[in-house]
Amino acid sequence: MADDRLTIAGREFKSRLWVGTGKYKDFAETKKAIEASGADVVTVAVRRVNITDRSKENLLDYIDPKKYTILPNTAGCYTVEDAVRYARLARAAGVSDLVKLEVIGDEQTLFPDTAGLIEAAKILIKEGFIVLPYTNDDPIVARKLVDIGCPAVMPLAAPIGSGLGIRNPYNLKIILETVKVPIIVDAGVGTASDAALAMEYGADAVLMNTAIAGAKDPIMMAEAMKYAVDAGRLAYRAGRIPRKLYATASSPIEGML
Amino acid sequence: MHVQVNGEQRTVAAGSTVAGLLKELDIRPDRVAVELNLSILDRSEFDGRNLQEGDRIEIISFIGGGQGA
Repeated sequence: MADDRLTIAGREFKSRLWVGTGKYKDFAETKKAIEASGADVVTVAVRRVNITDRSKENLLDYIDPKKYTILPNTAGCYTVEDAVRYARLARAAGVSDLVKLEVIGDEQTLFPDTAGLIEAAKILIKEGFIVLPYTNDDPIVARKLVDIGCPAVMPLAAPIGSGLGIRNPYNLKIILETVKVPIIVDAGVGTASDAALAMEYGADAVLMNTAIAGAKDPIMMAEAMKYAVDAGRLAYRAGRIPRKLYATASSPIEGML
Repeated sequence: MHVQVNGEQRTVAAGSTVAGLLKELDIRPDRVAVELNLSILDRSEFDGRNLQEGDRIEIISFIGGGQGA
């Protein structure tokens, strides 16, 4: 797949599977799962340092920022102000202008507040951030995000952590047809076939966390997801056969007795 | 003097700097961002920035996370 690199805002990525780093039992497991997934982009959250218990290890001791693209997110932010504040802190703590922007609408669905998302994206883009927005599977919002300068769009497949797979394949297909920047399906994947399907539709990448970290064997699932994303991508590029109602023999008639 | 660090009251010596506070807390400055009274400091400011009575300091870093809250 060396000839099929994903490029966003001038940055080239080897893997079309991006992974989160939450919900693992420890950092050692996180590291193993990321290695098994083959991902070169990993998302991280921005939080207060624990100042009372300094024995706690640092995630970056396990995930080398020289080896991986660290993609900070604004997970947990419910307002434009908070999302912008977290993004600025992430930039100050890290090494790049990349941010996965989330403005969450409510606790029950964790659906994006798309009005807030557009507002926050505008502010951050003006400040030089490379904003990768977590958004709904809404083609109009996706287009607006591109219009204001987002170099990629990250529509959800289903609610975060739900494992429901792609709930609205037709909307996703419209986004893929109408939006001319890389589309990264973010959130809601449950198992390997969900990821493969997203890639077969033509998504440029898939980002997931819970589907791997929450599996009985996260490291094995990470490997499964790697194959699923690669298989889906190859199938998309190869071009599938059309669906037909009736059979078409694949053996020749000539030469039969 | 008293300052607030990550939401907790803390007593620091008069004349303490941001860099000094990080050292006291055993925190590597290259892996964190520091917000002093809601404005983010550049790392180059850590050494020279003196803390004042009542300052509110936030020290943040990256943790495991994927999506949502």
